[in-house]
Amino acid sequence: MISDITLGQFFPGYSVLHKLDPRTKLILSVIAIVAIFFANSAITFIIFTLGAVLLIAVSRISFSVIVKGIKPILFILLFTAILNVFMTGGEGEPLVDFWIFRIYTEGIVRAVFMALRVMLLIVVTSMLLTYTTSPIALTDGLESLLSPLKKIGVPVHTFAMMMSIALRFIPTLVEETDKIMNAQKSRGADFSSGGLVKRAKALIPILIPLIVSSFKRAEELATAMECRCYRGDVGRTKLVKLEYKGRDLLWILLVALVAGAVITLSVLPYNPESYGVLYDILFYKI
Amino acid sequence: MNDSIIRVENLTFVYDDGEASLTNTEENRGVKDISLDIKRGEYVAVLGHNGSGKSTLAKLLNMILTPTSGKIYIDGVDITAEDFSEDGIYDVRRKVGMVFQNPDNQLVATVVEEDVAFGPENLGLPREEIRRRVNSALSKVGMTSYVRHAPHKLSGGQKQRVAIAGIIAMKPEVIIFDESTAMLDPLGRRDVIGIMEQLNREEGITVINITHYMDEAARADRVVVINDGTVVMDGKTRDIFSKVDTLHSIGLEAPQGNELLWELNNAGVHIEGEGLTSEECVETLYNFLQGKTSRK
Repeated sequence: MISDITLGQFFPGYSVLHKLDPRTKLILSVIAIVAIFFANSAITFIIFTLGAVLLIAVSRISFSVIVKGIKPILFILLFTAILNVFMTGGEGEPLVDFWIFRIYTEGIVRAVFMALRVMLLIVVTSMLLTYTTSPIALTDGLESLLSPLKKIGVPVHTFAMMMSIALRFIPTLVEETDKIMNAQKSRGADFSSGGLVKRAKALIPILIPLIVSSFKRAEELATAMECRCYRGDVGRTKLVKLEYKGRDLLWILLVALVAGAVITLSVLPYNPESYGVLYDILFYKI
Repeated sequence: MNDSIIRVENLTFVYDDGEASLTNTEENRGVKDISLDIKRGEYVAVLGHNGSGKSTLAKLLNMILTPTSGKIYIDGVDITAEDFSEDGIYDVRRKVGMVFQNPDNQLVATVVEEDVAFGPENLGLPREEIRRRVNSALSKVGMTSYVRHAPHKLSGGQKQRVAIAGIIAMKPEVIIFDESTAMLDPLGRRDVIGIMEQLNREEGITVINITHYMDEAARADRVVVINDGTVVMDGKTRDIFSKVDTLHSIGLEAPQGNELLWELNNAGVHIEGEGLTSEECVETLYNFLQGKTSRK
C-alpha cells in the first residue's frame, strides 16, 4: 500500500517528453508555473487544462498513474476549496444565507479555480519533471542551469548531488518503512485505530529505526562513493551530455505561446456590459 | 618487489573512541601489527569473524582509513609516506576497488548505466571512453540487458553485480570484496563468486575476498586468517584448512570435508588424503574404504 505513492517518481519511457533536455523541461515548468498563477478566468483555465491533457497524451503515461499521484493531496484540495467557498465575500445577493454561513457566486468560482490551479500545478510539473525525467537528468539539468551561481560561491554541484541521492533512496526507504511496519505489526503494533495523537505516537517506533538505518546507509554510501573516487565536481565528466536540440526550441516556443495567451487573457480587463452570456462565463474574473 | 601489488608492513590501526562512528557496531576493532604481501593476480580469501578487524584492513588498503603506524605499499608506491599527495589517493582508490556488503548502499544512481558510469565520471574520462567502459563492464557481469533499469527493482544478486560493474569500469588492479555475498540468496552468491573468479582468471585482477563463509574461502588460492586484529594464519588454502585444530582454537571451522576427516581422525580412524571440496572428500573416503576392504 505504501509503495503506491507515485508522486515524485520517475517512469522510464521513450516519449518526446522523456527525450526533451531536462533544462528545457525545467524552463518550461517555470513558465507554466508563472502562467498558472496568472490564470483567473474560465477561458484561461480551459486553455491550461487542454495543455495539461496534451502533455499527458504526449508522455504516454497512463491516466490512472496521474490520478494516483493526485490522490494524496485530495484532502488538502477539498479543504482549501471548502474554506474558499465559505470565506469569500461577494457583491451580489448570497446564494445561501444560513446562520453564519453565506455563500456567494464568487466563493464557488474561486474554490473551483483554486482547486484547478493546484491540480494543474501538480499535473504539469510532474508530467514535465518527475514522471518523465530521471532524477539524475533532473539534477544534471538543475546543476547546469544554476551553474552561473558557482561563481558567487554557491555549492551547486553538492546540492544537485544531495537531491539526486535523496530521490534515489525514496523507493529504498519506502521499502524499508514497509518492512519495519510489518515487523512492528507482527509484534502487535496497531497503526490504524485510535485518535490522531495515538496514531502519531504509533509512528515513533517506525521512525526511530528508520532514522537510525538511514544514518547507517548514509555512512556506507559515503564510503562507497569515496571508494569510487568521488571528490565533488573536481575534474568530473558526464556520461550523458546535455544538448539542446530543435525540439527543445519548439517546445519552449509552444509553451511560451500558450503561457503568453493565458497571461494576456488574464490581464485584459473584463467588461460585463459589452458581450453576451458566453463572454461572461468565459471571461468572468476573480 | 614489482610483482607484489599490495605490501603491508607492521600495520596498526586503532579506532579513536571519539572518532568511532556511531553506526559501526561490529567493525570497530582495529588491527595490530599486520604484515602481508599480496602478489599481482592472486586470489586471496581473508577469513575471520565479526570484529576481527578484516573490514578495517580493507578500508586501510584504499585509504578510507589512515593507519596509526606501519607502511602500506600499493603497486610499489608508499601510500603512507608523509608527502603522499592528495591526487595519489584517487589513484589508489582507482587501483584498489571495493565492493561492500549491502548492495543498496553502494548504488548512487537511479539507472543502472548511470551508476556504473559514476566511477569513470569521477575519474574525468572522456564521454566515449565512459560509454565503452560502462558497456564492457556490464557485459562482464552479465547485466547488459538491464542498462536502463532502475536498480531498486533488481534482485540483491543483480544489484551486487551492478555494483561490481561500477568497480570494473574504473579498471582496478585489485578488487576487495568486503563480505559482498553475506546479504545474498544462494543463487546471487553463486553468481557473485562466479564473477569474482572470472575476473581473477580472465582479467588478471587480484581478488581479495573477505568472508566468513568457509566454502567461499576454500575456493581461493590463498587464505589469510585474521583474529583479534592480527594475522594468525597465512598460506595455501589446502594447508590452512588442514590445520583444523588451529582453526577451532580461534572459533572458526574448516570446510565440511576437512571437518569430517578431522572428526574421523580424532575417533582413531587415520585417513591420508585431502578433503577441501566435497568431491575430494568423497574420493579420499572411497580410496580409504577400498584399501581397508582389500586389506581384510
